[in-house]
Amino acid sequence: MHELAITEGIMQAAIPEAEKAGAKRILEIRLKIGELSGVFPEYIQEYFSIVSKGTIAEDAKLIINRIPISISCRSCGYNGVIERKKIRCPDCGGTDFKIVSGREYYVDSLEVE
Amino acid sequence: MEIKVVKQILAWNEDVSDKIHLVTSEKRIAIVNVMGSPGAGKTSLIKNIIDNLRGDYSIGVIEGDIAGMIDAETIDKMGIPVVQLQTDGACHIEAMAIENILGRFDLDKLDVIFVENIGNLVCPAEFNIGEDFRVSILSVPEGDDKVAKYPLMFATTDALIINKADMLPFFDFDVERVKKDTYDVNPGANIFPVSSRNGDGFPEFLDWLRNRINEKIKS
Repeated sequence: MHELAITEGIMQAAIPEAEKAGAKRILEIRLKIGELSGVFPEYIQEYFSIVSKGTIAEDAKLIINRIPISISCRSCGYNGVIERKKIRCPDCGGTDFKIVSGREYYVDSLEVE
Repeated sequence: MEIKVVKQILAWNEDVSDKIHLVTSEKRIAIVNVMGSPGAGKTSLIKNIIDNLRGDYSIGVIEGDIAGMIDAETIDKMGIPVVQLQTDGACHIEAMAIENILGRFDLDKLDVIFVENIGNLVCPAEFNIGEDFRVSILSVPEGDDKVAKYPLMFATTDALIINKADMLPFFDFDVERVKKDTYDVNPGANIFPVSSRNGDGFPEFLDWLRNRINEKIKS
């Protein structure tokens, strides 16, 4: 159910930007969603199709770019991707690291006409 | 034509959450987001905390429910300021609701506000509500596979309470499995097996809780 709030958030991020650019219609909305976020991309398109009816975003296609989780390990210096199911440094097994990517949750760009 | 946007999807929620942080930092109040399934023991945990900490801190409670006032009435009877938040069907609390409710407390008098979120292991984890830290509850009868099935709830929590620990002899519930699954997604988690019924495990949890509250209100 919270996907509905997220879908509304996508509209609030996209429509004003498209209007600012003088667009008549939004064809595509490109999202970046990190693997650490709990959003289920498969549901968002369906909700979006309902919520966007009658707006300039009606029929827009959502393109979701999932971003893997990557870390920078303070113990061994490892820089790179880790698995979502095991939040550990894959080299040293340590847990003292900075999460470099994976928390993204934003509208990146639009294709408009 | 392509337009570059780069805007947070839940930006309004994050903005309001940040505003709440400003208010609570100025007033030196800690906000604790309490989450878990229906029946996990969120209200019982809060009642137990109140009994143990009311001598040391001035406590307020926000009771989030889809409908009804039952939990708020329970807390009100204890003489604790409480506001019932009814989400009218929504599966989670958003920061905006907390911001509106804060004005109904006397913030100059409070040290800590416990927010009992909607009973649900999925949606509440997604929304910051201006909390300083999160406490999630998993009760023994729910089963030891829940961390693996609902990872976000347990990946984002600061403390995991394994409640109804007095029921362990009657269930095939592997505490070590829950610990392992939690540390896999949340290496810094603090895990406390407790029984709200007989008080077992509470002293350790309360020590941790006091430290976290003090970090906010005495810093």
